[in-house]
Amino acid sequence: MTSENLIYLVALPLFSSALLMLLGRRADRWGHVFATLISASTFVIGAMEFFAMIDRPEASRAVTQKLFTWISVGTFNVDAGLVLDQLSIAFVLLITGVGTLIHIYSIAYMSHDRDRRRFFAYLNFFIAAMLLLVLGDSYLNLYVGWEGVGLASYLLIGFWNQQPEYATAAKKAFVANRAGDFGLSVAVMIAFANFGAVSFVGIEEKVDGASQTALTAMGLMLLLAAAGKSAQFPLQAWLGDAMAGPTPVSALIHAATMVTAGVYLITRSNFIFDNAPTAQLAVVMVGIITLLFGAVIGMAKDDIKKALAASTMSQIGYMIMASGFGPAGYAFAIMHLLTHGFFKAGLFLGAGSVMHGMNDEVNMRRYGGLARFMPITSITFGLGYLAIIGVPPFAGFYSKDKIIETAFNTGGLQGVLFGSAALLGAVITAFYMTRLMLMTFFGNKRWVSGAEPHESPFLMWAPMAVLALGSAASGYLLYSGKAIVKWLAPVVDRDHHEHAEFLPAIVVTTLAVVAVIIGVAVAFIKYRGELSESAPSDVSIFTRVTRRDLLQDDANEFLFMRPGQKLTQVLVKTDESVIDGAVRAVGSSVLGSARGMRKLQTGYVRNYALLILIGALVALLAALVVTI
Amino acid sequence: MNPTNYLYLSAILFSIGAVGVVVRKNAIVVFMCIELMLNAANLAFVTFAKINGNLEGQVMAFFTMVVAACEVVVGLAIIVTIFRSRRSASVDDASLLSR
Amino acid sequence: MNLLTSMGVLPLIGAGLVVLLPATNAKLVKQCALLVSLLVATLGITMTVGFERDVTGFQYVEKYSWIPSLGISYQLGIDGISLILILLSVLLVPIVILAGWNESEGGRFSVKTFYILILILETMMIGVFAATDLFLFYVFFEAMLVPVYFLIGGYGSGARQAAAVKFLLYSLFGGLLMLASIIGIFVISGNQIGRTFDITTLSALEIDTTTQNFLFLGFFIAFAIKAPLWPLHTWLPDAAKSATPGTSVLLLGVLDKVGTFGMIRYCVELFPEASRTFTPLIITLAVISIIYGAFLAIGQEDIKSLIAFTSISHFGFITLGIFAMTTQANSGATLYMLNHGFSTAALFLTAGWMVSRRGSSTISDFGGLQRVTPILAWSFFIAGLSSLALPGLSSFVSESLVLVGTYTRYPVAAIIATFGIILAALYILIPVQKALHGPTTAGNENLPDLKKREILAIAPVISLIIALGIYPKPALEIINPAAKSTITKAGYSDPQPLVKGDK
Repeated sequence: MTSENLIYLVALPLFSSALLMLLGRRADRWGHVFATLISASTFVIGAMEFFAMIDRPEASRAVTQKLFTWISVGTFNVDAGLVLDQLSIAFVLLITGVGTLIHIYSIAYMSHDRDRRRFFAYLNFFIAAMLLLVLGDSYLNLYVGWEGVGLASYLLIGFWNQQPEYATAAKKAFVANRAGDFGLSVAVMIAFANFGAVSFVGIEEKVDGASQTALTAMGLMLLLAAAGKSAQFPLQAWLGDAMAGPTPVSALIHAATMVTAGVYLITRSNFIFDNAPTAQLAVVMVGIITLLFGAVIGMAKDDIKKALAASTMSQIGYMIMASGFGPAGYAFAIMHLLTHGFFKAGLFLGAGSVMHGMNDEVNMRRYGGLARFMPITSITFGLGYLAIIGVPPFAGFYSKDKIIETAFNTGGLQGVLFGSAALLGAVITAFYMTRLMLMTFFGNKRWVSGAEPHESPFLMWAPMAVLALGSAASGYLLYSGKAIVKWLAPVVDRDHHEHAEFLPAIVVTTLAVVAVIIGVAVAFIKYRGELSESAPSDVSIFTRVTRRDLLQDDANEFLFMRPGQKLTQVLVKTDESVIDGAVRAVGSSVLGSARGMRKLQTGYVRNYALLILIGALVALLAALVVTI
Repeated sequence: MNPTNYLYLSAILFSIGAVGVVVRKNAIVVFMCIELMLNAANLAFVTFAKINGNLEGQVMAFFTMVVAACEVVVGLAIIVTIFRSRRSASVDDASLLSR
Repeated sequence: MNLLTSMGVLPLIGAGLVVLLPATNAKLVKQCALLVSLLVATLGITMTVGFERDVTGFQYVEKYSWIPSLGISYQLGIDGISLILILLSVLLVPIVILAGWNESEGGRFSVKTFYILILILETMMIGVFAATDLFLFYVFFEAMLVPVYFLIGGYGSGARQAAAVKFLLYSLFGGLLMLASIIGIFVISGNQIGRTFDITTLSALEIDTTTQNFLFLGFFIAFAIKAPLWPLHTWLPDAAKSATPGTSVLLLGVLDKVGTFGMIRYCVELFPEASRTFTPLIITLAVISIIYGAFLAIGQEDIKSLIAFTSISHFGFITLGIFAMTTQANSGATLYMLNHGFSTAALFLTAGWMVSRRGSSTISDFGGLQRVTPILAWSFFIAGLSSLALPGLSSFVSESLVLVGTYTRYPVAAIIATFGIILAALYILIPVQKALHGPTTAGNENLPDLKKREILAIAPVISLIIALGIYPKPALEIINPAAKSTITKAGYSDPQPLVKGDK
């Protein structure tokens, strides 16, 4: 089926963004309202499409729209085409829904910023790019949205780029993303060389004939792309620094939507991964490493936003891992993605609300006992907290439990290892989130003098409340009657696999709940009483390494930055002295030989006479030699 | 007498003249050496005319003499002018090139 | 009179007009030059509209005998590739004149001379792309150096004389080698089919392998210097650093394209066999250029030489595309020439405005410009994004085409070249961070933002960058037939997808 409306999803926010940028200060008074309305209207369009989709039979739910031929050279044909199927509608609703809530939140949060209009222009640009990412019908169209959200992220992280370290964080994010884009570029090349097409449909048709090498290579390249965008190992280091952006940005881009694009990419490319087991294994490994990596970092962070960022990294690790399990896992990856979208966005907005009340203080060591002063924030935050650690029946419980179960179900020793890693992750998640809760909302007051915590205005807490509701209920809604699994099946699980159970579901659930209890209990014991205002310094080497983000920046610096800078210096010198040196050497040798030959011109008649004589003799001799 | 002996004489005279041009500094002497070379050439011309039994060589000798006379006029005039301005008849002093 | 000749002659007439104007009235001179260049641009657009898109071979052909005894004729004609480049030239000239309204002042020669030189240069640029007679091409190729030499040496800054001489010597050296090859071809054609310089006829010559290799090298080195390809690039940073921004735009945007244009038109089409022999070497050099140029750009402290090195990287992509010998890569390379022209123009013009406002071209002298001069900062930023081939902007289309097309034949080269996109992010974002972000550097607080005239100059460039990124079809439709015929002439055909048939 085709639809005429899909383009508006992308065009409306893009137009609004351009308008706000071009009008400049003239739009200052109404820009934020306009942008929010546009964002809301995309949500309405998305919802209408969703209801229309439900009404159609399963086979014809997907709709497409071809706009125009974008690039066409020889056999390389790429249409500017959009496709809205069961997978992308889930994203469309998440992006526009959470996006609109965050627009509303930002109206209040950014009200004192002189550049609020610019902020909203960027937000709308992000919405447009993100929608293009999930709606594009080929890897190249997806690429446009992919880099578009990267640009939006760059602009928003560096929104306060007058501070040099914020500008650096923005640059770091963009470059790490570019390293991922390298993977996407190569994947596009592999796709064209093998299948003669870059559209999802075109590749899927021919995927059976492809060699294992090509599919594995393409899968690994897509994984690299996903790692860049979703802050997965080894390209994870940018996400912590990205917290330099305004908090609504962290909630929308760096928690709920953009960073999950990697999961979308892998799920969308299911036809590649399902045929490339090696690449799938790599996906699982990356997921596991990152979920533990992020969780461990989260334990040592005192900066509330960075702790949440580490948590995001870890939760996306779960999703990536799940998507590596193939048809059994895609639906749960997407389900966790959606529930995570709710509770993590809610948590970030809550953190923003706390910062708003505490003069932009982010250090949890300077919080404490805020529950009484910020009741609404602490309740919505608390609901998000229950959801993320996986307390039944909150959202995270359903989605995480299912991922752990699928991990065990891969079977054999492998399954036990995967499942245990996921369980360990759940323990640590429960630990660091409980720590965060206790340090922020309970315990002794450790405020900076002058802090007057107060509840945030309605425009801020209303979105938080909606998200908290989602954190509470979305898991059940998505999972009851296997709704999400059945909904996504036509896209990701066409053959309707039935999966063997390795452990009975109830055992896994029990294990997961026990894991949560352990984590919470340990955190309670450790962070119950009075805490000091500064982080203790007499700590083990482990804690110190964790505080340094497990040396991720040091590793990057040692492996890439330093050698890169050295190489650049050497090349600049080489260019100067060797290559240009060679050129200048030619010049100076001409000059030098001219200087030498000038000596022949002495000005003495006798020298000239002698030369004439010698010349005549040589000519004579030559003539003789030639005649003989 | 064998005419080739004249040619040897001509060659010796020419060489003396050439060496003189190269080694002597006095402009007048250099000039005389040039004359010597011209006359050596004349001698060779005349000798060849004798050997070949025709007149071309002799005619050339006359031409050479005319040219030499003109050259003496112009050359001496230059030497005198240089001597007047520099108070020296040395050819080395006439060099204007810097070293 | 034929359209091509009229277009070529019009700037010359304009230059003649400018000569007649009083030197004291600088404004009139500028207006006159701008008017003439706009007129030429209009003719260029008219020509594009009248161009038949699905026809291969030359259009707007005209031919007059010039030196019949040597078989030389005045012969013009354009195909898709030359049309694109002529269009680029005639569009950039008025933009350069408008953008650098004041850069002609304070040079060694008068303001009037500047515009005379620019207009003469425009004639040469049109001629060099339109010539279909090898000798005529050579005449334009060499004559072009003269106005550029005076533009760099007369109006630039810093060590402009040295830069101009370096440029001239480099180019003359290449030109000399090319002349030798041209004479070689002339002799061979004289023996085989009678004296001619007509390139269509020449491409049918049967030349033995060794001779062909030498003739190819003569042409290729000349074009590799022009393009410039590593390691023949060192004249470019000096020239770009010393020249005025406007001159640099024409130098990098159009003149250097003569090199890559020549590679397609003369190296590949005249010597297909030799091209094949040297392809591995050239691909290697192109890949080195991409990576090397990018690293050097990262290491630059001067904004102008930074842009020059980014161009070396981009020219590596273009050369890679030309010699990958697939229709995608070849079309991509030609489109890249167009896009690079616009994005470098935007970068150089905005950087030039930054430099002229601050009085320094050292990147670290700027800082926080986004707060002080937002329009200028955004223009520079968008130009930079185009240079790093952000999807949605024009360079992305051409870069993907080159990479995708190259991969089907030379996967390793394509993958190494792709590293260039990571480096591109660095070489653009580092100056963006240093110059536009951060706290405003002392002394920069009161820099004026863009004037109306400057906005008028940069707006069309940026619009084109965005428009061609979203809808490159008009340009590709012009290029595709020409690219395809180049590949066919070179004796190649596109590799088929590895997976055959449908399910």
